[in-house]
Amino acid sequence: MATVTPNLAIRDPRSRDIGGGSPPSYGGGGNGDPGATNGPFSYGDRLRRARLGLVVGLVAVVMIFVGFTSVLLVRKGSPSLDPQTNTYARDWVPINLPWALLVVNTVVLLVSSITMEFARRDIARQVALAPVKSIPGVSLGDEKSFPWLGSTVVLGLGFLVGQLLVWQVLREHHFFVNTGPSSSIAYVLFGTHALHLVGGVIALIYAAIASLLHRPLEARRIVIDVAAWYWHFMAFLWIYIFALLLIAR
Amino acid sequence: MATSEVVHAHAAPQGFIRKYIFSLDHKVIGLQYFFLALTAVWVGMILSLFMRIHMVWPNADLPLIGHIQPEAYLSLVTMHGTIMVFFVLTTAPQGGFGNYFLPIQIGAPDMAFPVLNMLSFWTTFIAFVIMLAAFFVTGGAPLHGWTGYPPLSAIQSAGPGEGLGADLWITSIAIFCAASLMGALNFITTTLDLRAKGMSMMRMPLTVWSWFITAILGLLAFGVLLSAGILLLMDRNLGTSFYVPLGTINGQLTSHRGGSPLLWQHLFWFFGHPEVYIAILPGMGVASQLLSTFSRKPIFGYKAMVYAMLGIGFLGFMVWGHHMFMSGMSPYSAFAFSILTMSIGVPSAIKTFNWLGTIWRGRVRFYTPMLFAVGFVSLFVSGGLSGPFLAQPTLDIPLHDTAFVVGHFHLIMGVAAIFGIFGATYYWFPKMFGRMMNESLGKIHFWFTFIGTYSIFMPMHYLGMAGQPRRYSQFTELAYLQHLIPLNRFITFAAIITISAQLVFVVNLFWSLLKGPKASDNPWEATTLEWTTATPPPHDNFGGHTPVVHNGPYEYGVPGAQRDFVMQSDPAITPSPAH
Repeated sequence: MATVTPNLAIRDPRSRDIGGGSPPSYGGGGNGDPGATNGPFSYGDRLRRARLGLVVGLVAVVMIFVGFTSVLLVRKGSPSLDPQTNTYARDWVPINLPWALLVVNTVVLLVSSITMEFARRDIARQVALAPVKSIPGVSLGDEKSFPWLGSTVVLGLGFLVGQLLVWQVLREHHFFVNTGPSSSIAYVLFGTHALHLVGGVIALIYAAIASLLHRPLEARRIVIDVAAWYWHFMAFLWIYIFALLLIAR
Repeated sequence: MATSEVVHAHAAPQGFIRKYIFSLDHKVIGLQYFFLALTAVWVGMILSLFMRIHMVWPNADLPLIGHIQPEAYLSLVTMHGTIMVFFVLTTAPQGGFGNYFLPIQIGAPDMAFPVLNMLSFWTTFIAFVIMLAAFFVTGGAPLHGWTGYPPLSAIQSAGPGEGLGADLWITSIAIFCAASLMGALNFITTTLDLRAKGMSMMRMPLTVWSWFITAILGLLAFGVLLSAGILLLMDRNLGTSFYVPLGTINGQLTSHRGGSPLLWQHLFWFFGHPEVYIAILPGMGVASQLLSTFSRKPIFGYKAMVYAMLGIGFLGFMVWGHHMFMSGMSPYSAFAFSILTMSIGVPSAIKTFNWLGTIWRGRVRFYTPMLFAVGFVSLFVSGGLSGPFLAQPTLDIPLHDTAFVVGHFHLIMGVAAIFGIFGATYYWFPKMFGRMMNESLGKIHFWFTFIGTYSIFMPMHYLGMAGQPRRYSQFTELAYLQHLIPLNRFITFAAIITISAQLVFVVNLFWSLLKGPKASDNPWEATTLEWTTATPPPHDNFGGHTPVVHNGPYEYGVPGAQRDFVMQSDPAITPSPAH
């Protein structure tokens, strides 16, 4: 029995194979088997957990905007008492939004979503190639890649500046937050979305700093991956807000 | 390639601050929530004592607050309700016991996101401090009730407490919403992703199911309240008109116009009704756990219990309109809300009958936790049966603003949920602190509380039928209520005695904490995973290994087993061929 068995067991992280005599496993448990070398807190598990947490968190964000949407629709439909004529009338004045500027902002945000996706795939590839790179003598050629993360931050900040310009234009048109129900709810939607986007920018800056702090590549990958899905959702949310204001302004 | 650094989520912290103040350990955070709720419940109870005394002796000078003006009475009503609902009934069962025992019961070393867990507690703490601060600002605490109906809550000049006090109140609620959302996110992710091997969803203890479903309700409900609260703050401070119609306040025309107070009511109760189940569902889970453990019998109809809780949670989102029958809603929508509300009786009855079926012919051990579990079922039935009455608009409209409603919701949401908390405290105290609580004091506490709360809230149903309005500061001068004064006095005396009896609980709690007899690892001979580990549990819950689950959560009295209970991590029970 002098055969050398190459130590190349490839484990599918999702496999739940268990040794003989062990009780049957009943799915669901995400902890992996206790005997596994990577332990309950492998990066794969942590990534999956973080993604799951993000999805659950986004449900909460959706509910906040469900609340605002129902306010918009109800408030748009409800009549108001006019003190001069003592009659009920609709007091909803459609808000005059700078559509061209908003379209530019939308394009900036969508492009940022694309750069974010490149950043996400880039770091996923780096993580996948890390074992290969550690083999002496193996080179993967030019490793300089485009700064996708930085581009996303710049584009995201560009979107926020664009939103500030939109509010500037609204103010010039005398649409203030208390001018009427249509401008109130528009400011609420813009403001809440912008706040959420600021949170995303902070997450991206944290991810960028994490690379300077020599955090493990896999840990950075989790931050960037989750931030990317969050960022895509913010782009989707913006499209929704845009469409909502287009239809029911 | 794998670095050893990440095998453990985090090592046990050393310093006092990292260990007990800004701890990442779900057990410490659970205790922090528990003691926050214990503080809050005393504040809320003292406020209710002031109210009760003021109701029967309106001219009395009370300690701390002196003579109570009508506005101050409304402040008491508001703050009592808010503190009890948010900082006791939402905080203790979910944040406290859920945090401590959900990870252990599913065999996890910690919550999925420990840092978020810590943030969630400290945000709740900040919300509580802001809420208490409302007492001490100019004008005092707000008057608008825990439901915060506009226009009263939306106009700064509407009353003495509606200035800064109301702003603090809404800010506190908004912060609490954010904290609860963080908590819900953590609970859901932990339950879905961190279960030990073999812990399938249908092997989870019913407590875990109840915390999980509660977290889903919180996730869907608190976001809506948060958005509604932000808009209310804008109405108050930025001059918008979401909720405030044109009108006069103190003879002056307001600058608001066109807003809809009903809009707030819809948004609030879309949160508010699920909130009722957020308070009571963990109690249901605890009652199931305790009734099964102390009857030495498997829970009757485990799957039915799970589906009933899911059904209650699902229906709970479609019945909010039954709080608004008085608002002049269309009879057709009132009818729909009424039918849906009464249909909640079906899963509730399933649960009740299954609890009774669990005790039936069990070898019942009447320890204090079991007494509170039985008390929970009793209060759930007594408080729940008046639900179908109030679910009908024709009955709700005359009863809505009376003491009948006060009796109803205190029995089912207040006291029943509190009995769940008490049962959980007596049951898990040995695991949390390594010592047993005193049984005699516990039984004294139970009987005083059980008889006392019934004496307080049962007569309120009669008072309500007799026409006593709620939220009135003074009614002793009203001729038609004269004959009710003796009964009101009785309620006040019962309240004083019941609140005093809670001192027995506090004494028992702290005395047992220091001097109680040492507890074994499994003093109740229970089956779930928390009883397999050391007492109190080590930092990573199971001392370096991950439990493997082979059995369901309530395997008591298994034929052929050596003991009358088979723990979840024991070797699998071989199913008999008859299955």
